[in-house]
Amino acid sequence: MNTIARTICAALLTLAAIGAAQLARADEHPEDNPDTMPRWVDFKDGTFKGRPVDSHGDAVIKLDAPARAADGAVVPIAVTAQFPQTPARYIKKVYLFIDENPEPYAGSFSFAPESGFATIETRVRVEDYTFMRAIAETNDGRLYSSVRFVKASGGCSAPAGKDDAAAEANAGLVRLTLQGQSVPGKPQLAQLMIRHPNRTGMAMNQVTRNYATAYFVRKVTVSYADKPVMVADVNFSISENPNFRFWFVPRGDGELKARVEDTKSRQFDAAVAVNPQTGAQQSAASKL
Amino acid sequence: MQTVRAGTVQQAAPATAQRTAPLSVVQLAPGVYAHRGHDDVATRANGGDIANIGFVVGTRCVAVIDTGGTLAEGRALRAAIRKVTPLPVCYVINTHMHPDHIFGNAAFTGDHPQFVGSATLGEAEASHAESYLRVLQRELGPLAQGSVLVPPTRTVSGTATLDLGKRMLRLQTWKTAHTNNDLTVYDEASGTLWTGDLLFVECIPVIDGSVLGWLDDIAALRALNPPRMVPGHGPLERPWRAALDAEQQYLADLVRDVRAALRQGQTMQQAVDTIGVGERSKWRLYDIYHRRNVTAAFAELEWEQ
Repeated sequence: MNTIARTICAALLTLAAIGAAQLARADEHPEDNPDTMPRWVDFKDGTFKGRPVDSHGDAVIKLDAPARAADGAVVPIAVTAQFPQTPARYIKKVYLFIDENPEPYAGSFSFAPESGFATIETRVRVEDYTFMRAIAETNDGRLYSSVRFVKASGGCSAPAGKDDAAAEANAGLVRLTLQGQSVPGKPQLAQLMIRHPNRTGMAMNQVTRNYATAYFVRKVTVSYADKPVMVADVNFSISENPNFRFWFVPRGDGELKARVEDTKSRQFDAAVAVNPQTGAQQSAASKL
Repeated sequence: MQTVRAGTVQQAAPATAQRTAPLSVVQLAPGVYAHRGHDDVATRANGGDIANIGFVVGTRCVAVIDTGGTLAEGRALRAAIRKVTPLPVCYVINTHMHPDHIFGNAAFTGDHPQFVGSATLGEAEASHAESYLRVLQRELGPLAQGSVLVPPTRTVSGTATLDLGKRMLRLQTWKTAHTNNDLTVYDEASGTLWTGDLLFVECIPVIDGSVLGWLDDIAALRALNPPRMVPGHGPLERPWRAALDAEQQYLADLVRDVRAALRQGQTMQQAVDTIGVGERSKWRLYDIYHRRNVTAAFAELEWEQ
């Protein structure tokens, strides 16, 4: 090859390399086809191993998320089941996936017929403009997804702006409350609030040049009358001070209990008495 | 696709301009100049010029107060200064960390000024730098070329005084409000208080710190009672008392309504969907920022006893 041709070749290779690097960065845009996004396809194939996912699953599960969330660290989302749980047909698990997050798999929520509705509301961190997906698995093994595009940024890498030491010291306060009257056999809404930094480990303290270690809630088990009604396996994709709203079906008197475990193996418990006749409640919370 | 000449790789033309058009500024008082940014989010059409910025001229030197959203805007501000005075720029003050106020800083590094900001500014800027730069690239592309973070070299915690040569500027940091690094600048000679984003006029206030703290700071600002305030966004010369009242009303109503929503057991999303809907016509950029304000206030207030 002569000098001119070699130079042209090198230039074309450089331009191609720049192009390829830009593709590899894989920005997502709302006009993209969500079904073809590489990170989602990888996760889908790995987790569901070729089982079909109905990508227009809004008749089974509906994800609500704001189109533009300027505070990427606190993005309220609702994953709403479109039919009540019954022993014959119920949603057993919901997966949450946020394509452009450093850890895109935000976690899963497991449900039972006793859950009433396989509905979960919480707040998540969103690092960049991205598709967000809720995938429901029904008891017959079918998979359905609901997808939204969210514009947000910096949710995982921006610190809370609060003193790390103080946030850690206050971690573990738990509030478990019931919403409205308890009526036997009628699904009732409950809310679990956890004081916790839920740190990603990706926020550098620019003064000390240290990364505050990842420290987050990894599991929440809520049970009613000793049967699990909501089990969350989650990570730092959940915002600081995790907040979960979910359902259960009160029957006779009993207790709704929540156990929270974090990555330092700390456990925090809360319980609230359920009295369906009178609808009265007492709330008790403890910190271990 | 770029054409390639034999023996070279064609490069994009270098961005150094022979002459930068000066930013438009108005003289609010002798030696006090301000530029009104567009009341908008950063777009290619406005080049990221969306905040009020300006400068104060002493007998010895010039203090810049915020530098705009890009290096290009910082250069244009510098050209505006040169149109007015040959005096050196001795201070570049940033009122807070947001990109529309800080990314023109690099235009002044050749002047070797002190870069001044709150003691909490450096940390806040650095921890947001990556996402700010990413969004800057995405939204402004080549218009943001050369825009880099230039953190403070002199920090303020409480109060400080800068001497521009027979002209004193009083700087003050504030309880977390708009951000956790808000700083105001008071020019004694003209009685002008540059509020940074502690004051928004006609543009919706944006909570990126604490709504309760901001309400406290508003009361303190009112008590300072300066002849003039220069807001961070919106018209430069409206009477400040009415503007501060309007801002306080918005934030106080938000607190009242979020507390009510919490008492009623509403979800964050329900609060976001219903609170302040009637305010929409009163504020520019309501659609962009109001719901985020409700989110911030909700997350702040839900742990109140």
